Amino acid sequence: MAERKVGWEPQGQHTLVGKEIQRLDGPVKASGQAKYANDTNPPGTLFAKLLTSPHAHAKLVMLNLDKAKAVKGVKAVIAMAEVGQEVRYEGWPIVAIAAERPEYAEDGLRAIEIKFEVLSHFVDEADLKGAEAADVTDAGEKVKLTKSLGTQKKGDVETALKEAKHVHKGFYGVNTITHMCLEPHGSHAAWDGDKLNVALSTQNVSGTAGQYVKPLGIDEASVSIKCDFIGGGFGSKFAVDEWDVACAKLAKETGKPVRLLLNRATEMQIAGNRPSAFAEVTVACDAEGKITAWDSHHWGTNGPKGGTVALTVTPYVFDPPNRTRTATGIITNCGPDRAWRAPNHPQACAYSQTAIDDLAAKAGMDSLSFFQKNLSLTNVPHIYGPELEIAAKLMDWKTKWHPRGQGGGNGPVKRGIGLALHTWGGGPHQSNVTIKVHPDGSVEVMMGSQDIGTGTRTCIAQVAADTFGLPLNAVKVSIGSNKFPKAGPSGGSTTIGGVTGPTRRTAQQALWKICDLAAAKYNVDGTSLSAKDGKLWSGDKEVCTWKQAASLVGPMALELQGGPVTEDEKLTDKQVGGVQMAEVAVDTETGVVRMVKMVAVQDIGLIVNRLLARSQVYGALIMGIAYSLVEERIMDNKTGRFINANLVDYKLPRIGDIGDLVVEFYEPEDQYKRGVIGLGEPPVIAPGAAISNAVANAIGVRVPVLPLTPKRVLDALKGARV
Amino acid sequence: MDREPVNRSDQSSRTGDAGRSDSTNRSSPEFNRRDFLRGSGAAMAATAMAVAATEQQAAAQQQAAKVVSAAPHPVKLNVNGVDLTLTVEPRVLLIDALRNDLNLTGCKDVCDRTNCGACTVLIDGKPVYACSRLVMDVEGQKIVTSESLLSPTKTDDVVTNFCKHDGMQCGFCTPGFVMAVRGYCNQNPKATVDDCRKGLGGNICRCGTYAGVLQAAFDTAQTATPIAKGGA
Ligand code: FES
Ligand code: FES
Repeated sequence: MAERKVGWEPQGQHTLVGKEIQRLDGPVKASGQAKYANDTNPPGTLFAKLLTSPHAHAKLVMLNLDKAKAVKGVKAVIAMAEVGQEVRYEGWPIVAIAAERPEYAEDGLRAIEIKFEVLSHFVDEADLKGAEAADVTDAGEKVKLTKSLGTQKKGDVETALKEAKHVHKGFYGVNTITHMCLEPHGSHAAWDGDKLNVALSTQNVSGTAGQYVKPLGIDEASVSIKCDFIGGGFGSKFAVDEWDVACAKLAKETGKPVRLLLNRATEMQIAGNRPSAFAEVTVACDAEGKITAWDSHHWGTNGPKGGTVALTVTPYVFDPPNRTRTATGIITNCGPDRAWRAPNHPQACAYSQTAIDDLAAKAGMDSLSFFQKNLSLTNVPHIYGPELEIAAKLMDWKTKWHPRGQGGGNGPVKRGIGLALHTWGGGPHQSNVTIKVHPDGSVEVMMGSQDIGTGTRTCIAQVAADTFGLPLNAVKVSIGSNKFPKAGPSGGSTTIGGVTGPTRRTAQQALWKICDLAAAKYNVDGTSLSAKDGKLWSGDKEVCTWKQAASLVGPMALELQGGPVTEDEKLTDKQVGGVQMAEVAVDTETGVVRMVKMVAVQDIGLIVNRLLARSQVYGALIMGIAYSLVEERIMDNKTGRFINANLVDYKLPRIGDIGDLVVEFYEPEDQYKRGVIGLGEPPVIAPGAAISNAVANAIGVRVPVLPLTPKRVLDALKGARV
Repeated sequence: MDREPVNRSDQSSRTGDAGRSDSTNRSSPEFNRRDFLRGSGAAMAATAMAVAATEQQAAAQQQAAKVVSAAPHPVKLNVNGVDLTLTVEPRVLLIDALRNDLNLTGCKDVCDRTNCGACTVLIDGKPVYACSRLVMDVEGQKIVTSESLLSPTKTDDVVTNFCKHDGMQCGFCTPGFVMAVRGYCNQNPKATVDDCRKGLGGNICRCGTYAGVLQAAFDTAQTATPIAKGGA
């Protein structure tokens, strides 16, 4: 008698789980037949556009919508701000217009009569002294722009610094970047009597309906949210935004469906960004290269709230016995931040592990040996250790390593390598599931979840089909509606564990029920039965087909509900490491940094879909290359405006800019046994430090602030010559 | 096909200002002025200053004859092999007509300024940003959109290859990338990986799918037939 136990099969024994399976919705996505909120287009749909503030700080002194309302094709105009109100950043929504065509909505915007009284602003987020001295008012009161976020102390930094063999002091920084989802934030809203149907671009299908209740005065039960596809979120699409509410209001007023998605500039100005962080660091080690002390003060902005990177992740990954950390937030007239893929970690990694690498150089040590020597200061040395070995082989570290700036060669192009480590939680979120096994053998899985690009649908289908011993196409997965069982939002790398855990358990329980029915009918021991290749087996003896077994459920489907995973089920786990190495070629005459190669070694417990998992890491590396080398929000201090708020001047890498990417999963049996762990975030953390360290290794000096643009590289080289 | 034109009621005529000169809003006067400048520029180069005034007058007359009113008017299009007529203002962009009038939303509106490639379609076999053309500009040309690459009976190689190599995550840039790859490979059959790196720089993906796209493009190029024979 075999024991019935919730869990995964031993490593290597699953038929679909862990394999390279193409995403189920690949063909409809690739052919453009997939419909996003942005594509929702039933006949009669009106197109809405926003008028937003061109000023970083201003008082609205006049607003006349009459002429706009009279424009041909314009159907409704609503104010989103009041006269007398202050707007605190560029892009602040002021008016929404719905019209029969987008062109008419533009005409309407141009007809709005509006006047501002421009007020003083502050946007220079790197300038802590400037922020302290700035004269900015809010509603007539002078505002203190800097906010202490505290100091935390451990050990005795002062003594440790005195006793240290090598002490390094440096300045580091990471500029603000935006999420830049290619599908902007927004929605399509349609009323059906008192019911509101919204196609929302959201990472939070089950959690957004309630956000319409207060502003619209309706029942949550009357709101249906639909999101079959979402064109990027990266942490910025958890909520219903004020423009979504405006969209629903415009739909109500006109009695027609309305679609409102932000235009590119507004998307970049107000729909989320990753806070900046700049740091003064002192770090020290003993004669062996063991880090003994850390002292840092970092600051930056997340916009109007005045926050920056959390204290708790500083210094990143390495936690020396003596450390002091201090943070200061700056209030700026910039758009508000939102969670950006692995909140806090990429910035903390970038200012910590660059400083640590500079200390290694000062101590005259190979960066790899230095990092290895200090693994006992990390949370998961048993993971970093082997991952570093694997990465070093894939990068050919030993051959390529040279002390800083001593790569040789007479030409202007210098090569270098660098590395960094990261960590992330990635435990499962809370998701519920309904599984139906129909009498004809077909299977349905329903969940109010979403696929933000991870491959949620495909992973759920794999787990269910694998459990029932069926081919992938025998399972229909329905997600993307808040009318399905409640599921957690897709953030924090929680989704794949969160959805596959309950699916596995509930499918196993359904299978056991069916096995019991088959056992009674075919007179075998139910607990001896297993499902494979569309059949039920007792040992290696075929008992019946899956269809025959399923028909025993009676005239109606067998339906099972399952709740969120629990820790003791051991279907999922949390806490990963991850190692990355970068190789760059830097042109010391032009300052251009070219990616040669990146290696990522990542543990994620049990891999559900190898093809899609690899995509997550590729994507993270490319996003990492973007913020390391080219992308940044540039604020104009004079006008307070985001001057590169467009896809031409806000640079992103293209297909030829990424070099060779090597992705390797670290998956020995003990890691597999931990179960599923999320992957979306960890690999986006280390590229900043790894690439910056590679550049320092190539040219012999540190380029302190990311992204490493040609100008910054040349400035650093100039400084080095002085 | 379930892609009947969506009926956008009441195409109004507008005789107001010329609109901004950016890609999101071009009016007919703008369009014709550029047309005029192109013609008169050639004339100026070929003639002496003495007769320039006469040439300019002639050109102006010619231009007057070609002026298109800002009112909606019928435009004949060939989209995915189907002939159809749309009645739209001359300022309407191809991207907006495809998306909003024909419900062909595979071409995505992403950057507002002809830079990201998400709206790529084939026009007479060549990949073109649909946001860089006015509808009236493409009258009589053959427009192919991503939707045509997949039907119950046919899956284009490029779609198969994007799925095989997972050249997509959120999928929002994907149809545009797919069309760019289809067009590029038709023009460059047997392209190498390095060729693809150089030739496909016109599209942006935020999710970072370039590694899969590159493999998909390479595979597609190996089986591509040169453009003269048809392609997509
Ligand atoms: S939308 Fe056409 S190129 Fe970006
Ligand atoms: S797949 Fe998301 S933007 Fe390319």
